[in-house]
Amino acid sequence: MRLFIFATAALTALTMGAHADPLADRKANMKERGSLLRVLGPVAQGRADFETATVLDALEKLNANAQAAIDVDALYPEGTESGDTKVKATVWSDRDGFKKANDDYTAKVAAAVEAQPQDLESFKAAFAPIAASCGGCHEVYRN
Amino acid sequence: MSVLARISGGVLLVAAIGGAAAWYLAAPSRLDAATVASLGNGDATRGEQVFWASGCASCHAAPGADADAALSLGGGERFVTEFGVFVAPNISQHPTDGIGSWSAEDLANAVMRGVSPSGQHYYPAFPYASYARMKPQDVADLYAFMKTLPEVEGKAPSNELSFPFNQRWALGFWKMLYLDDAPRVELANASDEVLRGRYLVEGPGHCGECHTPRGALGGMDSSKWLAGAKAAEGEGNVPNITTGEGGIGDWSKIEIVDLLETGFTPEFDSVGGSMAPVIRNMAKLSPEDREAIAAYLMAIPGHASAN
Repeated sequence: MRLFIFATAALTALTMGAHADPLADRKANMKERGSLLRVLGPVAQGRADFETATVLDALEKLNANAQAAIDVDALYPEGTESGDTKVKATVWSDRDGFKKANDDYTAKVAAAVEAQPQDLESFKAAFAPIAASCGGCHEVYRN
Repeated sequence: MSVLARISGGVLLVAAIGGAAAWYLAAPSRLDAATVASLGNGDATRGEQVFWASGCASCHAAPGADADAALSLGGGERFVTEFGVFVAPNISQHPTDGIGSWSAEDLANAVMRGVSPSGQHYYPAFPYASYARMKPQDVADLYAFMKTLPEVEGKAPSNELSFPFNQRWALGFWKMLYLDDAPRVELANASDEVLRGRYLVEGPGHCGECHTPRGALGGMDSSKWLAGAKAAEGEGNVPNITTGEGGIGDWSKIEIVDLLETGFTPEFDSVGGSMAPVIRNMAKLSPEDREAIAAYLMAIPGHASAN
């Protein structure tokens, strides 16, 4: 499974290439991320029933979504600091920290897919670190 | 005595009286004796809830601090605003670098009146214009809790403010305009829950300090209470949290409560910037208090976004 995930990552990085509109691309990526969390979040909160197929499907998509955003330099190039964006200047002034935060998030999502949770408790254990990393990253890198 | 001498004497006298009156009016005013007497003995356990509700750690602990680090109140964080740079002071229990030698009365005068033990005005970057609404008992409990926190060595650097903002005495006039303990909004027939929410939001929670637009002199515009504002630091906007256009009118109560606990909006965006540490504080309140905040936000007048 781990090999598969890394192979997917490598393939995505190869096929992605340059972005025509990186600001729009990264926002679309984040929007998609939010829509997938809308499926997973209520399950973790106990407001929606745990259905294995639904949860695993959303986790796979969340993983693909994270892999699509793995190239920080391509999505956050110089010159995309302003405009219709809430990004903070720290994305550029602390590029290494931002990359690390992005890599950490990506690794947590990959780990959740690898865990293949079959019940609510194991899903919550895999999902909690993912949810926690959202606010941690937004605190430092987004207004 | 010549007419000229009389006139100039009169002018001098008027100026002297005017100056004395201005000095008197702008002088720091402390809490009255009855309020001080009502402080009583604090309860540290209750005080911890007051500490999180008041967001002390968000400014006075190291940025991003969670868990134990949030209780090390050494200050030093810089707030770059249009008035200059404010630096959060050390409010740890260190006897000389922090506030370890303060009495409960000293803390209450600082928090509720913006006056230091030596009689100086604090700048309203310290949100005493909101804390003025706090219950003396809550401040006494807060004091008891803060006495349990560690000493942190090292004074924080001074503020970097230029004229006229470096004139502390002038803050007396600012306080005359903007420091009072009256409710921000009148709510007829409000439930106990809504009133508890009002206390938390308008007092210790000091939500309006960021979420309400300010006038030219830096006072909050009550006619747009919580309608959103330009961020005090940087370029961003602080969102409208009323039920008016551009606000949170389509949020359910449980969605507001969820945001306060988890940081996720109904769209599962995760709030960032300076709201992230606020969520860490709100998550430590009781579920009932988060529900009270939500009930209050749904009860107050809605305004279209001010920004």
